[in-house]
Amino acid sequence: MRPVAYARATGTAEAIAFVGADPQAEFIAGGTNVIDLMKDDVARPGTLVDITRLPLGGITPSASGVRIGALARMSEVADHAAVQANFPAVVQALNESASPQLRNMATIGGNVMQRTRCAYFRDVSQPCNKRAPGAGCAAIGGVNRLHAVIGTSPQCICAHASDLAVALLMAEATVHTRGVQGRRAIPLADFYLLPGTTPQRETVLERGELIEAIEIPTSVAARRSVYLKVRDRRQYEFALVSVAAGLEIVDGTIRAARVALGGVAPKPWRAREVEAHLVGKPASAQTFTAAAAYASTGMRGFGENDFKLPLAERAVARALAMAEGVA
Amino acid sequence: MSGKFSRRRFLARAAIPTVAATLGTPRLFPPAAAASVSRLRAGGPQPVPVTLDVNGARHTLVLEPRVTLLDALRERLSLYGTKKGCDQGTCGACTVLVDGVRIDSCLSLAIMNEGKAITTVEGLASGTTLHPVQQAFLDHDGFQCGYCTPGQICSAVGLLNEKRPLDEASIRTWMSGNVCRCGAYPNIVAAVRSAAGVAS
Repeated sequence: MRPVAYARATGTAEAIAFVGADPQAEFIAGGTNVIDLMKDDVARPGTLVDITRLPLGGITPSASGVRIGALARMSEVADHAAVQANFPAVVQALNESASPQLRNMATIGGNVMQRTRCAYFRDVSQPCNKRAPGAGCAAIGGVNRLHAVIGTSPQCICAHASDLAVALLMAEATVHTRGVQGRRAIPLADFYLLPGTTPQRETVLERGELIEAIEIPTSVAARRSVYLKVRDRRQYEFALVSVAAGLEIVDGTIRAARVALGGVAPKPWRAREVEAHLVGKPASAQTFTAAAAYASTGMRGFGENDFKLPLAERAVARALAMAEGVA
Repeated sequence: MSGKFSRRRFLARAAIPTVAATLGTPRLFPPAAAASVSRLRAGGPQPVPVTLDVNGARHTLVLEPRVTLLDALRERLSLYGTKKGCDQGTCGACTVLVDGVRIDSCLSLAIMNEGKAITTVEGLASGTTLHPVQQAFLDHDGFQCGYCTPGQICSAVGLLNEKRPLDEASIRTWMSGNVCRCGAYPNIVAAVRSAAGVAS
């Protein structure tokens, strides 16, 4: 690991001002992602600004939802009664992420900011447009079994790694940030950028802009939700394909449906076509299977990951049936 | 093993020139321009004082900010119980307890753990009485080569602190952050099960 300077922030404004003015500075909280990337020489910050002593933790339930401080640990959120009662998909996504130790370290803000697991991004001997714009993409035509099948560009086909973000997208969460220019609220649906011609830009955040909290609004669909993660082993593994699905069912008819996919795109992916084929239909296995056929609409494989198209359809059908079964 | 020519002593001595060389690393990055607009001041990248509370004892070390908690424990405090397996958060061999919570020490900077109570496998026993989890691993033969064992034990202690309802399946799930290449899992699960009934 390269040498790095360290500053322990005692005030949020000073931390934001520091990182906002120094292009070599980065925030550090749980550290599980940035330290790993520094060891691989992928991240090369000049200064780490430790924000863990800032008052940005805590989980606050309200009548309209739950506000989760950016520094809340993944394990803390998964164990919180209000989150468990209202957002089962969020709890499942958290508990199926990483390992218990890492979930005790990693924060909610850091989780949604984590970088891709693309092996070429993490190997500095390989070309990667995200790490070194203009260098090329070794995943296209390379070992791409784990890569994206939608939302890609000729520059980048990486898959987003966060399970939590998929569940938060389904639940229509909002990211509250504070930057040099002040505070703003960004719907998670607008938070991530697709690679396009600038794969190095992954979110709409400006330099120095810090996530202060994530707010999840309560809804009938989010309460009746599940997270299904399909992966190569049962624990401690990233998703091949994952599905967050929530249903509002009234008298056997689907009134609202929310479906988001993970492991298939460079950002958490909302499956609007699937949702459109669910609303107004009877909640039945037939409806779920028929709608799930639209999960792969617009998807295109790169060879090794062609299996993700049928897998996405089947995982969606199964997740919808599981959501129907939620009491 | 005879202490005179042990591998551990050899490695500890061989490491000294490396440490000295690291101390002399030139400053690679210029001071942050941001200092003029933020009151925040950075230390390092050269070594800075870092005070750690480990197993009830306070140590003030002089460390570069990039030094992980794992490396500080092993290379500066000679606490070799905590193992470096993957060094990237995928094996759990480096598991320690920080304020009673289990974490992977390879992905945490030592300097970020100031003011926290760090417990390694060396700090679990009370005098000559083993911690119930340590005793359970002995009683149930919960290891083969032993390399993952300190991490497994610290992880199990952390798991018991979490007060989760545990059966065999959930023990396997909640111990999944600790990989055992020998495959001693059945006996590890038995040890954790037994300790769950004994501890607390």
